[in-house]
Amino acid sequence: MKGLHKLLKKYEHHFLEGGKYEKMAPAYRAFYTFLYTPELVTEKGAHIRSAVDLKRIMFIVVLALIPATIFGMWNVGHQYYLQAVPAGIESSVGFWKELLFGAKKVLPLIIVSYVVGLGIEFYFAIRRGHEVNEGYLVTGLLIPLIMPVTIPLWILAVSVAFAVIFGKEVFGGTGMNIVNPALTARAFAFFAYPATMSGNKVWVAGAAQHDAISGETILGLLAQGREFPWTAKDMFLGTMPGSIGETSVLMILIGLALLLFTKVASWRIVLSGLVGGILMGLIFNAWGANSLMQFPWWQHLMIGGFAFGLAFMATDPVTAAQTKTGKWIYGFLIGVFALLIRVLNPAYPEGVMLAILLMNVVAPTIDYYVVEANAKRRMKRLKLKN
Amino acid sequence: MASKKQREILLDPLFENNPITVQVLGICSALAVTVKLMPAVVMALSVMVVLGFSNVIISLIRNYIPMRIRIIVQLVVIASLVILVDLFLKAFAYDVSKQLSVFVGLIITNCIVMGRLEAFAMDNKPWASFLDGIGNGAGYGLILIIVAFFRELFGSGTLFNIKVIPDWFYQHGYMDNGMMLMPAMALITVGIIIWVQRSLMPGLTEKE
Repeated sequence: MKGLHKLLKKYEHHFLEGGKYEKMAPAYRAFYTFLYTPELVTEKGAHIRSAVDLKRIMFIVVLALIPATIFGMWNVGHQYYLQAVPAGIESSVGFWKELLFGAKKVLPLIIVSYVVGLGIEFYFAIRRGHEVNEGYLVTGLLIPLIMPVTIPLWILAVSVAFAVIFGKEVFGGTGMNIVNPALTARAFAFFAYPATMSGNKVWVAGAAQHDAISGETILGLLAQGREFPWTAKDMFLGTMPGSIGETSVLMILIGLALLLFTKVASWRIVLSGLVGGILMGLIFNAWGANSLMQFPWWQHLMIGGFAFGLAFMATDPVTAAQTKTGKWIYGFLIGVFALLIRVLNPAYPEGVMLAILLMNVVAPTIDYYVVEANAKRRMKRLKLKN
Repeated sequence: MASKKQREILLDPLFENNPITVQVLGICSALAVTVKLMPAVVMALSVMVVLGFSNVIISLIRNYIPMRIRIIVQLVVIASLVILVDLFLKAFAYDVSKQLSVFVGLIITNCIVMGRLEAFAMDNKPWASFLDGIGNGAGYGLILIIVAFFRELFGSGTLFNIKVIPDWFYQHGYMDNGMMLMPAMALITVGIIIWVQRSLMPGLTEKE
């Protein structure tokens, strides 16, 4: 490690003022501070130095995503072999074979997402002369995890480019965005290329090539009122088709525990989101007009992107509401809208994505009224004293 | 024929004072009729005609219009011209007229037309007013056609309904972008044009 540090230092002078690559300085500093603690110290005024900076926060989220990512890879292979072996397309199956197959499918998606997204981020940072932030390390991993495994790489690349430029850079980069960039990418792909994002050919690898393999998800089957072979145990463990990282509630809970323990995610949003989802689920259960409504409320929480969205997307500190009361309202409405859209509009089977994007847009308004209400209350108190 | 000042009146609205990208007027129709190039071109021409001639007419009678009812007079002139254009399209370009549907009629409410009458034709001579109308109509049309070009190219893979993206692309997994057909993407396309224009002409950016 010392050697690496020396090597970086050796080339530092090129990037300082007057150096050969002065313009590339943000790129150099991004690499340097990613590996080592920044050497810059605030010189004026009293300040408290926290060990947790933006980079560490982002790194914690990446760590929290790793269980879901690894499981997702295995599940991609598992779902394929589960149907391919009886159909005679593949002859034998094993854990490592499944993991390897999944990794071969998922890794290219992750690499494309990172290369395209970071490329654009670096370009904008150098062009505008500000620092490269680590926000994209999280976004770049989130995007493949919420896509179907069969998505063509170029569509992924276009969606990533759209999300980074129009979801983030036009607003001023990391920390300034209004909507969650990862969900922007998914929404773009969903509306621009619906054939690659919905239907029964996309959720299991090989479904488009072989008639014997069906790529239907539980939400798709439910919307058509058809039977499905998965039990509640499958839903919890995640052994069913779906977006790469969203199927396993167990792995998401492990990640969520880390996020809540380190206070990166707000427990208020997660809890109120759960309450909203449960409430809506109970209302629909009581109504019971179709198979989506009759689907038990507690299982609604374990299918589709509900758990993943609530744990990793709704809690994004940039796009969520900032006030404590605001967080309760924000989370609750995400839960409510997610089920509302999912159940009442089967054309959009994934209500969670649209619910979170909608609430991202509304979040500043919620905060505004919460702050206003607080100010009013305090004014009243002041008047009473006088 | 045209002095330097007249050239300015004609060309200024094309770029530096574009009605859509700088004054941000007439956005609604820019979003609605730009799915395909053909309707966009027809719409651009219609607005140009209405704008040019209503400017001339109002300029001719500008000294006789009582100030208090000038908006009504302006509307009568615009509405008559729009009806003429609408009937002309129905007679000679029925298909396009059907695609444009209410949007030809809605030229009446297009803020650019009213804005130019109020801001220019009411105080200027007919020839200058005509140039101003044509210039603003062209500025509006230019943006419409740029937006429609990209929307039709990426949304349907065609230009003027002629296939331009080769089959070879589709066989190798290329797909038309469905989002381009939605108004949301038209707004973003207009946004990109504004972005490009302002980075080329830094003077347009508002001071902070």
